[in-house]
Amino acid sequence: MADTDKDIALMAHLMRRAGFGAQHQELEARAEKGYTATVEELLHPEDHSNGMDLDLAERYFIEWSHFNRGVPEYFAFRLINSKNQLEEKMVLFWHGVLCSTHGKLNNYATLYDQIELFRSFGLGSFKDVLIEISRNPAMVYFLDNCLSHKGAINENYGRELLELFSMGVGMDGAFNYTEDDVKECSRAFTGWTIANNVPSQPYGLYAAQFRYNPDDHDEGEKTFLGHTGNFDGEDIIDIICKQPAAARFLSRHLYNYFVADDAQVPAWMDTPPQDPDTIKMLEDEYFRSGYNIRSMLRVLFLSDAFKNARFAKIKGPVEAVVGTMRLIGDWTTPKPGFEPIFDEMKHMGQELLNPPSVEGWHTGKEWIDGGTLVQRINFTADRVGDLSYPGIQEIVKTLASEGPTIAAEALVDGCLRLLGHYELADETRRMLVEQASEHGELRTDTEAFSRQVCQMLQMIVATKEYLYV
Amino acid sequence: MSANKKDPVLVILQMSGAYDALNTFIPYSDPMYMEYRPVLKVEPEDVLAVNDEVGFHPSMAPLKGLYDEGKVAVLQGIGYPNPIRSHFRSMDIWHTAEPDKVITEGWLGKAIRDLDPHHENVLTAVNFGRGLPRALAAPGVSVASVGKLETYGVLTGIQGEDQRAQALDIFAKTYSPLIGTGAVNDYLSQTGLDALKGADILTSAPQKYASTVEYGRDPFAQWLKNIAQVHLAGFGTRVLYTSLNPGTFDTHANENTMLPKLWGEVTNAVSAFYQDLKEHDASEEVVMLLFTEFGRRVQENGSGTDHGSGGVAFVVGDAVNGGLYGEYPSLEYGKLDEGDLQWNNDFRCTYATLLEQWMGLDANAILGGSYEQFDMIK
Repeated sequence: MADTDKDIALMAHLMRRAGFGAQHQELEARAEKGYTATVEELLHPEDHSNGMDLDLAERYFIEWSHFNRGVPEYFAFRLINSKNQLEEKMVLFWHGVLCSTHGKLNNYATLYDQIELFRSFGLGSFKDVLIEISRNPAMVYFLDNCLSHKGAINENYGRELLELFSMGVGMDGAFNYTEDDVKECSRAFTGWTIANNVPSQPYGLYAAQFRYNPDDHDEGEKTFLGHTGNFDGEDIIDIICKQPAAARFLSRHLYNYFVADDAQVPAWMDTPPQDPDTIKMLEDEYFRSGYNIRSMLRVLFLSDAFKNARFAKIKGPVEAVVGTMRLIGDWTTPKPGFEPIFDEMKHMGQELLNPPSVEGWHTGKEWIDGGTLVQRINFTADRVGDLSYPGIQEIVKTLASEGPTIAAEALVDGCLRLLGHYELADETRRMLVEQASEHGELRTDTEAFSRQVCQMLQMIVATKEYLYV
Repeated sequence: MSANKKDPVLVILQMSGAYDALNTFIPYSDPMYMEYRPVLKVEPEDVLAVNDEVGFHPSMAPLKGLYDEGKVAVLQGIGYPNPIRSHFRSMDIWHTAEPDKVITEGWLGKAIRDLDPHHENVLTAVNFGRGLPRALAAPGVSVASVGKLETYGVLTGIQGEDQRAQALDIFAKTYSPLIGTGAVNDYLSQTGLDALKGADILTSAPQKYASTVEYGRDPFAQWLKNIAQVHLAGFGTRVLYTSLNPGTFDTHANENTMLPKLWGEVTNAVSAFYQDLKEHDASEEVVMLLFTEFGRRVQENGSGTDHGSGGVAFVVGDAVNGGLYGEYPSLEYGKLDEGDLQWNNDFRCTYATLLEQWMGLDANAILGGSYEQFDMIK
């Protein structure tokens, strides 16, 4: 590979992981600007416009009633179109870690406030994220903290905060906390509640509001992770953030999301990280930076471990669908018919705003089973085989510009390059080349050529290799 | 493909979220029940009693009907050692039949491997729903997992019959496990190839099916209809699985609204499925297991119940010796397990019974140990 090609291939990798992929022209432009500069740009969405006409989108994706949804589509629209791709990728990250589900809330307005929280705090301090999520009305309701009272705790939030949001059950074979810690933690969060929900009729849904009720807060002494005092929820989070377990938890999550598929959360107590050096590096940066997520991500994206981890992850359904939309250049403006596209992610196993449980989505090979594989391949093949999409027309045009005829190898390699520098096993590539050469010379100026390109794209997106990101 | 209709078939119905055992199978004559449940209690006259002590929740009439016909075994006090009150870990334990450590092989995955060791039928097991439950996972075992039965198929959007045939041919070759290395690659290869093969067969099931039974419109009832369609099509499927979405029965609040609604839907669907099998003279071929990850806290929290331990499960079918199995856990003070029903009936005893007496498999090998079996299968 020429140096420029190498740079573009690395940029394709960065944009697939730190975002949802990019078309080839954008990759070329970014490669020109440089890798480090692009990382810095991605890390600082506050300095850049997201480039979206949200005024129009917000008027378009309206929640008419709780039977007529618009919010999940609006969320997906932003993932597709925001120029601040890492900001959105982190929203999806947190959405999969600090989960609340529409299935229980049945109030998208409240749930979407949680998404905005991730957008505002997602690259900042882990401590702030935990404090904000504990005050977030959707979460307070989802994990029943509004039903936890002085003298009559509901342990749901107290337990999940420790088990799934900050430390995990255990690490290196030992437990991170006891059942008593769960109870004491829950006591500290009593009084963190929400104002009464506004009923949906007759005015439509309103978002719930956080309230701190001092009369319902347990002022007694608590002992949590060896510390004793009259703790409030913020004190608990302060203690949590200082734990090596919190550093490990966040580092493993970031690694699994951005670098390579690792064991799933329930196995973390007994399964050590597959790349302990990189985890150690992230843990160190966690403490050095005062729990700063942006700093951890900078270290991560600039590491060789990240750069060398091309195609070390199975694409998630949202990545697959949003990435395809960005590739083909569809849904750059709101228009009817978005709901079925949105539902595709759900049928592939990942419904935005409705994770399967508080544990979030299992990732890696667990994305793929007989049903979701078929759904994913069919969806992607249908899109890349459709010449009406500007992104596909652009691919055909770029390949046709190489001359009046094109060799079968050049067709296959060109499609792979324009899809984002994908790589195929030698035998797979050979089979596709063979198929491309079946009809003799490939003339780029004929009508059949665009069909040949489309079919090649369809064959590529159906391969095992394309399942990876 | 075997089409022997006499092969025993196991249908697993996973009630995710942990249904409240105490308000599902109710010890209505125990005064302690009323004391623990001032708000959530079901009045004795409303309970669908099976004897002087216990009975079904009033919303479970269809299941009570089957019980009265002697087709329902009630597994009381079911649980496992050192109960864990986390949904995920607990469900994992039920899936893997291994309470002591986290493993990835499912108990049914191993059963499927024993049922079809040479992997001759890609449809030996079929799951309905999104995502494969760990119970069905085991290396070398592939399970068809179907979202929408009618349109299941690979590369259905390629235009032209020849082109599609050619594309599918290349697809099959590129999914060869010989291309690429590693466990994940092998998994993807097999999943792809099996999906290709299974899809053609499965999509024919709805066309072969005719029935007078009407199922509810809720997703669970529709999955059970799909299960009936696949079983009745005679593809040799031996294990069929479907589940409610995680958290469905997680009634920390509003239990008096949610629990009756859910049990109404679920037991109606189970009854419709049974009637459907009966109509097709196939009810003797199928046994159902209906389970959840744990029971709920004995003391209510006001409008719901928190996570508990000891639970109740049901085994349903013509081949079942109906009745009560295990003991109903005591509600007396001091006999609870940290405020929860004390389990007395290891869930692996039920698994062992189903595997050995119903499916004819070596339960010890699958469960990694010997468990007492019930006289539950005729």
